[in-house]
Amino acid sequence: MSYLRPNFRHPDLKTNEIGYTKADYEGGLSTLCAGCGHDSIGASILQACFELSIEPHRVAKLSGIGCSSKTPAYFLGASHGFNSVHGRMPSVATGANLANRDLIYLGVSGDGDTASIGMGQFAHVVRRNLNMVYVVMNNGCYGLTKGQDSATADKGSASKKGAPNPYEGIDLCEMAIQLGAGFVARSFSGDKQQLTPLIKAAMSHQGFALIDVVSPCVTFNNNAASTKSYDFVREHSEATGTFDFVPMKDEIITQYNAGDTEEVTLHDGSVVHLHKMSKELKLNDRSSAMHEIERYKSKGQILTGLLYLDPLTPDTHELLGTTDKALNSLTETQLCPGNAALQSINESFR
Amino acid sequence: MKPTDINNPEYFHKVVDCQYACPAHTPVPQYIRLIAEQRYSEAYMLNWESNVFPGVLGRTCDRPCEPACRRGRVEEDPVAICRLKRVAADFKDDIHSQLPTIPAQKNGKRVALIGGGPASLTVARDLAPLGYEIDLYDDQKAGGGFMRSQIPSFRLPESVLNEEVNYILDMGITTHFNHHVKSLKSIVDKQYDAIFVGTGAPRGRDLSKLPGREEADDNIHIGIDWLANVAFEHTSKIGKKVLVLGGGNTAMDCCRTARRLGGEDVRVVVRSPQSEMKASHWEIEDTLHEDIPIFENHTPKEFVVDNGKLVGMHFEKVKAVYDEAGKRSLVPTGEDLVFMECDDVLMAIGQENAFPWIERDIGVDFGQWDMPIVDETTFQSTLKSVFFGGDAAFGPKNVITAVAHGHQAAISIDLYCQGESVNHRPAPGVNLISQKMGFHEWTYDNAVSNDERFIVPLADKEAALKNRKMEVELGFDVQQAFDEAQRCLNCDVQTVFTDDKCIECDACADVCPTDCISFVGNGEEDDLRTRLSAPSHNLEQDLYVSDALKTGRVMVKDENVCLHCGLCAERCPTTAWDMQKFFYSVTKAGQSCAE
Repeated sequence: MSYLRPNFRHPDLKTNEIGYTKADYEGGLSTLCAGCGHDSIGASILQACFELSIEPHRVAKLSGIGCSSKTPAYFLGASHGFNSVHGRMPSVATGANLANRDLIYLGVSGDGDTASIGMGQFAHVVRRNLNMVYVVMNNGCYGLTKGQDSATADKGSASKKGAPNPYEGIDLCEMAIQLGAGFVARSFSGDKQQLTPLIKAAMSHQGFALIDVVSPCVTFNNNAASTKSYDFVREHSEATGTFDFVPMKDEIITQYNAGDTEEVTLHDGSVVHLHKMSKELKLNDRSSAMHEIERYKSKGQILTGLLYLDPLTPDTHELLGTTDKALNSLTETQLCPGNAALQSINESFR
Repeated sequence: MKPTDINNPEYFHKVVDCQYACPAHTPVPQYIRLIAEQRYSEAYMLNWESNVFPGVLGRTCDRPCEPACRRGRVEEDPVAICRLKRVAADFKDDIHSQLPTIPAQKNGKRVALIGGGPASLTVARDLAPLGYEIDLYDDQKAGGGFMRSQIPSFRLPESVLNEEVNYILDMGITTHFNHHVKSLKSIVDKQYDAIFVGTGAPRGRDLSKLPGREEADDNIHIGIDWLANVAFEHTSKIGKKVLVLGGGNTAMDCCRTARRLGGEDVRVVVRSPQSEMKASHWEIEDTLHEDIPIFENHTPKEFVVDNGKLVGMHFEKVKAVYDEAGKRSLVPTGEDLVFMECDDVLMAIGQENAFPWIERDIGVDFGQWDMPIVDETTFQSTLKSVFFGGDAAFGPKNVITAVAHGHQAAISIDLYCQGESVNHRPAPGVNLISQKMGFHEWTYDNAVSNDERFIVPLADKEAALKNRKMEVELGFDVQQAFDEAQRCLNCDVQTVFTDDKCIECDACADVCPTDCISFVGNGEEDDLRTRLSAPSHNLEQDLYVSDALKTGRVMVKDENVCLHCGLCAERCPTTAWDMQKFFYSVTKAGQSCAE
């Protein structure tokens, strides 16, 4: 009996620009149920960080409680990590980000952790526009406690138990758009071709980036009556378009038809191209995004892909006027400027 | 690509690289697992069924399995398959009770075997249990052929050889030793139902045109003849300074034997670069270990004779030059000839077949290079009752190839004697069965050992060089054998994919440590190979392609560096992946075509 990952890797693994292979971004071996969508999302995050040539120590993974929140143990083993209290990941992320704005903050949460116990925290971290990627591994059920319907379960959807959910499901993407997030996307764990570039773009976005990823729970919510099963999502999802992410350093060589393709330059100079399926959608128009999401929902479909993007929203640091350096890089004299400085501050309030 | 047909036994057979590379297709991973479980007798019998001489081959095999071993593609060294085979032979119990019973009632067919080497003995092993009456003729005083005359005792103790030869001879084989067959016709005239020729490649090449060859004849020896004389104790010493010409395994045996017979300054002189010598690299290592230097790029020019006695040789220095097709020629460098002193010269520059004893008018046709025309599948000659095998069939190879020939020839002889077509070959025996025991539990050790290849301990060099019969390699002990056995990746435990169970959750592709599995749109093989998760350059290794899945994509698994760790099956929620043990056995004479 053994459940161990061998040490051998493919002998010809590619290296990225900083000389790492994908193996350098691995974490521990997953203890989630076999076939869990969350593992695919973890693999996409790993792939995105490899492709972006991010040094693992520049990433901080933050999570709450739940199946989703276990997953940071299974990727980016050499990165920072904080597994926090249920629903309180946004607070911890906020504190960490305020202390060290130089890291890439990757919040990993689930539908319960975000839309139930953590709803208040989620709403306010969006409003503050904290510079982070917030991934929701959304399976519409509480997989860790035997699969009860969660707050994101669609009305009428039934899990393995068979009782249709009587409540309206919370749409986290619509909420995030309404609350001022600059980057909002929806994806599917079973579609890495879409998910991986979305994660890359989200990591390059300055400000709050939400990716709500439908991630089937194979154990409790992958049955025929569920709207978050592999089969249902595959049959009912419609993408806003195909998606390219071009990092800043790469030259843009492809020409696109202006009418069908929307091009957005992110804060760090990288460019996002969306080759739109739906001409109705305007990427930086909140009402257009909300309308499109609802329009597909009313047809019984799930709209996936990049839904809303405004690269110029001011993030928490800008809103609060904090120091532009990480606290750990400040000297003692900067942090404790002395009595004269205090007097001058006090004076300014008189 | 079309979906892979896993019902074709050759597909999974090819995944078991070691077994596929073995001419006799010995089920290697299966016996390695038995060794790890200390079931040595079973491991031995599994080998014996397949390769007849596990004790001999565990010491002397050319090991085509090892360069093929998948382990060698994920790290430095392959599993020490050959030496594990020896472990089975060393630690087994008395296996006499497990040998086939020989029917007292014979089947009325008589077969003659000419030559007592591995090919003939294999034919005897396969036919005697079927009730054939077998006569074996050999000019040596005991059975074993070149295994006895050519392989020195310090590599293969006589007791090991005798044991395995006798398992066969004790099956009621009528032996005619010290009987040199001078005429095939004389045997044909004895009205055998079939005749098998396994006489090897008995003639060592000479340098008859080199100046001084005749004058120095007393001190110039043909390597294979000299080794035979040593083995049969007609020769017991050699001069202090010995030159061995040639770069094959026979040269290695000659020089190491010379060191044990009084040679103090023994040198190997070879025409080619050392890196291109034909000898197995482990035999070259053993040679160097015994303080025998190898002089590469030296072409012999002259035997130097003084007062009618050999005193040395002249060599011309050459270098290897390659043309555009990669063909090598050895071009003189123009330097002065090199003189090396010597008392004796041993020539091990190749062997040839020779059939002066086969009359050319009895129906056995000869073709190119004066070799008999032999069918490559049936081993039948143009005289339907006469079959060839081993080195006698297609020129010098090795023991394991001779054994493989013997098995196939035995099938042909059986079919021929039963009046059936020799082309009606039996299909291999195949079994494929799930190894799942429970949650995270398989019948095999799926954890992959990180150990590097273990080195077989050697006897003390000084003592070994004093005694020609002292075995140099000591063999693995129980613990080393276990640790080395655990390095085996169990490539016979196959990853079997059932496409209609797959929900395309990607779990297998995500968990695979060596990125073997991809879910992609189908295409031609060249195109597919460029679109997989990891580079796919090894074209000798197949792609396992599923039928179209729900999304229209296909599952493609590159077999190249699969560790057979079973994680794909562990992480599969629907058992679309399963680990199934594939057992492939070459069907032998008498088990054939039971329809």
